[in-house]
Amino acid sequence: MNNLLVLPMILPILMGVILVFLRPYIRVQRVLSVLTTIASAAVAAYCLQHIHLNGIMRLDFGDWLPPHGILFVGDSFAMLLVLVACIVSSIILLYAFATTGFETETMFFYPFFLFLMAGVNGSFLTGDLFNLFVCFEVMLLASYVLLTLGGRKTQLKEGITYVLINVLASWFFLLGIAYIYGVLGTLNMAHIAVRVAETGQGPLLTLIAIIFMIVFSLKAGLLLYFWLPGSYSAPPTAVAALFGALLTKVGIYALYRMFTLIFIHDPIIYKIIGVLAIVTMVAGSLGAIAYSDIRQIVSYNVIISVGFVLTGLAIATNTAFQGASYYLVHDMISKALLFLLAGTVVYLTGRSKFNEISGLIRNYPLVGWLFFLTMLAIAGIPPFSGFIGKVYIGLGAIETGSYVLLAVSFLSSIGVLYSLLRIFLNSFWGETIISEDDQKPFQKKIGLPLVLLAVLVVGLGIGAELLSPYIQDAANTLANPEEYIRAVMGDDLE
Amino acid sequence: MSGHNNPGGGFIGGLVLSSAFVLLYLVYDIETVHRGTPFDFKRVAALGVLLAVGTGMLSILFGESFLSQTTWLVDLPVFGETELGTMTIFEAGVALTVLGVVVTIILGISEDVE
Repeated sequence: MNNLLVLPMILPILMGVILVFLRPYIRVQRVLSVLTTIASAAVAAYCLQHIHLNGIMRLDFGDWLPPHGILFVGDSFAMLLVLVACIVSSIILLYAFATTGFETETMFFYPFFLFLMAGVNGSFLTGDLFNLFVCFEVMLLASYVLLTLGGRKTQLKEGITYVLINVLASWFFLLGIAYIYGVLGTLNMAHIAVRVAETGQGPLLTLIAIIFMIVFSLKAGLLLYFWLPGSYSAPPTAVAALFGALLTKVGIYALYRMFTLIFIHDPIIYKIIGVLAIVTMVAGSLGAIAYSDIRQIVSYNVIISVGFVLTGLAIATNTAFQGASYYLVHDMISKALLFLLAGTVVYLTGRSKFNEISGLIRNYPLVGWLFFLTMLAIAGIPPFSGFIGKVYIGLGAIETGSYVLLAVSFLSSIGVLYSLLRIFLNSFWGETIISEDDQKPFQKKIGLPLVLLAVLVVGLGIGAELLSPYIQDAANTLANPEEYIRAVMGDDLE
Repeated sequence: MSGHNNPGGGFIGGLVLSSAFVLLYLVYDIETVHRGTPFDFKRVAALGVLLAVGTGMLSILFGESFLSQTTWLVDLPVFGETELGTMTIFEAGVALTVLGVVVTIILGISEDVE
């Protein structure tokens, strides 16, 4: 019994509800919401250390033992993601304070921000397939609101696509859950894994696995990403950053959980994921190069990284899992930073196409150099944070001889570099178009979250050694699903 | 008994409760009903969640697993020895949440027609 495990989900929910009563008091709402995210991060950090020392944590709600009750399971992979999600959303909150208008803030902005966080954290921590669905829905409902809050035309337009796609995906998710319950008679993920191993993963189960793959691919933006660039470039910057940093990661996490714990007996699945990842990276790179709207380019960069992280799953060795865990952590931080920077550029200049902007680095040197740093980090240049993840995934690919995956994933880095370098060269260098008199003042409170995220990006690159024990734990649980199963089902149930 | 010793029933209860409100809205009109029940139904929903999650959190304070429930035997003046449980509070929270959300949705839809 570890009640701590539920706190990263329940603290945001509780505080979100309390903030509903404090609707007119924006200042109080701000302080309380940022305190909540920081407290959740602290709990997650403590749990991560606890898991490192004592093994996987488990909490049975109301003491109903698995497989009968519902439960939260904290393994290093999930807890690491929870920790980073909480840290990143705390920083994004700081940015939201500075940029969200009073009008939006009183329309329950902070409660929904916290509900979204609760959904994300719950999805990472739950050990039960139906609760995964529920947490997905909590997250999605909050994201529908945040996407359309403000009611600009593009927001509503993209909102409709986004809602429809996700409702469809949720329907398929429910279908898959119904199938699995019909076939195996359980929804506890560890118990499902045991039963799949007992009965053997026949064609029927592989079919169900593919339904889940479709569902989570839609959520993660693996191949089925057509909805993503539009809906990630429509909302206000802080919300876009939150989406870009967290939402696709939940889909990726679910894919990893499904195909490292449950459906692990049929190698065809990994081949399919590999092909999907390759297509995603190629198409994402093309998209990133094709557009001239900065926000679109940034959104396509999310897609490339989804493909990249999932090459780790396609390779499925311990080394590749380490790389993927590093890369996920890096990607949450750096994508948040990239989205915030892109939004800041659009806010400062009032334009969104990079060829209409020029010479920004003279007006706003901080934004320029941070953009440069982020670009290097995302492209995977040492010593920044993207490098280690890429190296480990590359090593994994070499171990298993997946040279096509290796080649495409590293070529996609060039796509990333090219697409961002184009923005940098066009928008930040060259003749300045904004004279010093009419340049918008760059407020310190906008700069602070950017700098904090940049510090994390650099720190993660240089201090990778500190994180490595936790990353190894995460990779070990992914590579040895028996540990997870034993933590949930106990030793006696075989 | 569900909702008293065992979980369950709050959702259905909430739906029944909100259908009562819908009937009232049909019989009278929105203004008249609101004069009698002056709450913001969004807050009712929030209060419901607070109650439901609150009982869960209470079990953490007592060192039990999250969402553990308990019952006591209490000697009440009129009813004699009665069993009281935290489950009732939890289910009341669920019911209020459903009530708040359903009525908010119904009112939201009805406003568009006018």
